[in-house]
Amino acid sequence: MIKTDILIIGAGPTGLFTVFEAGLLKLKTHLIDALPQPGGQCSEIYPKKPIYDIPGFPEILAGDLVNNLMEQIKPFEPGFTLGERAETIEKLEDDTFLVTTNKGTQHNAPVVAIAGGLGSFEPRKPPIPNIIDFEDKGVAYIIRDPEVYRDKRVVIAGGGDSALDWTIFLADVASEVTLVHRRNEFRGALDSVERVAELTKLGKVNLITEAEVKELKGDDHVTGVGIKHKTEGDIHLDTDYFIPLFGLSPKLGPIGNWGLEIEKNAIKVDNSYDYQTNIPGIYAIGDVNTYKGKLKLILSGFHEAAIMCQSAYQRIFPDKKYVMKYTTVGGVEGFDGSKKEAKKEVVKAIV
Amino acid sequence: MSDVTIKIKDREGEIHEVQAPTDMAMNLMEVCKAYELPVEGTCGGMAMCASCQCYVLSDHKLPEMSQDEDLMLAEAFYVEDNSRLGCQIPITPELDGLEIELAPES
Repeated sequence: MIKTDILIIGAGPTGLFTVFEAGLLKLKTHLIDALPQPGGQCSEIYPKKPIYDIPGFPEILAGDLVNNLMEQIKPFEPGFTLGERAETIEKLEDDTFLVTTNKGTQHNAPVVAIAGGLGSFEPRKPPIPNIIDFEDKGVAYIIRDPEVYRDKRVVIAGGGDSALDWTIFLADVASEVTLVHRRNEFRGALDSVERVAELTKLGKVNLITEAEVKELKGDDHVTGVGIKHKTEGDIHLDTDYFIPLFGLSPKLGPIGNWGLEIEKNAIKVDNSYDYQTNIPGIYAIGDVNTYKGKLKLILSGFHEAAIMCQSAYQRIFPDKKYVMKYTTVGGVEGFDGSKKEAKKEVVKAIV
Repeated sequence: MSDVTIKIKDREGEIHEVQAPTDMAMNLMEVCKAYELPVEGTCGGMAMCASCQCYVLSDHKLPEMSQDEDLMLAEAFYVEDNSRLGCQIPITPELDGLEIELAPES
């Protein structure tokens, strides 16, 4: 079991900065995120988009902000459980929480900070009537083990990077790969589009554009797909697997069933004090929370993280007094033995 | 402040007649959110999620579709010929009387 002081659910900018603020208070942190990499929306949706309202950065790419945050928190050696979704929470007799992921990884901490942004990212499922019936029976929204598709027939749908990348990859693995996309143009990287075109010419990929998969066929497992083509009408293709890759969309997910007070898909918190939820010991910070006057900005999440960590400290050490220190005075002392502090001679010169 | 009137049909078929300001650099997605209509606007207005997809019902002249919007709609669900992303439609005086319908949630 993973034990820590503050268990942070969500590794977006707010979750990452919480590691820093907790670290200043000598509190250990561990983060859980459903995505396979840290950064939340910034990494998943818009890593190459500039952000203009981060204090001190006239302009910074979302991906670079995440990289900087990772660098900033490195001395505090946070733990990560990535690619797993926090599923259940249980209050233990010692007043700590047990959080278990969908893969069964258990985490224990006296404080839980939900920094889940808009929720955990779930695959966007195309509106095919019986698609849910075939999940794990030939339909997969995420490719976990490409070997599953070795020497099998695969139909991929989508026009973004994932659809293109997996088409290219599986062209050498599967016995037959078909890529179905609604347009002739693709949203993915140009070199990937060119590679798919090349593989199509070589006969290694069957490319069907201006078409959509509308129907799934099979009994216990997918055996075929019905495709609606813009000009050619209905097409039937026999296949062993159907992999729709239309990106991810955030859903509040299991957190919504944890007994927390929810308002308009966000967690209600006490913002007059410490961003604690209706369950003592569970905090919600960043875009996932709501209160009167809430602004869903990264900078609000940073502020809330700092306040929350002070409160968490008092919860963990109720008898200890802690006075907030400025990093310009106290420096930053990492758990890895690193130390950053103002040069003493400079301080003397000022005095 | 000059406002325009926009009619928005929600996913239950109810029509909301809302006043949208033309001098606050708002877009249609933000207007929907301001009136607490069920529009997520997940990407914040970067044409990267299609959660603000709507069908344009009236024949108002709208801004040309950018490549970003076009390609996002190529991957969205429930897309029709009159689909647009609300976040890509700035509120201008020309939109007075615009009628839209929110596309199904996906």
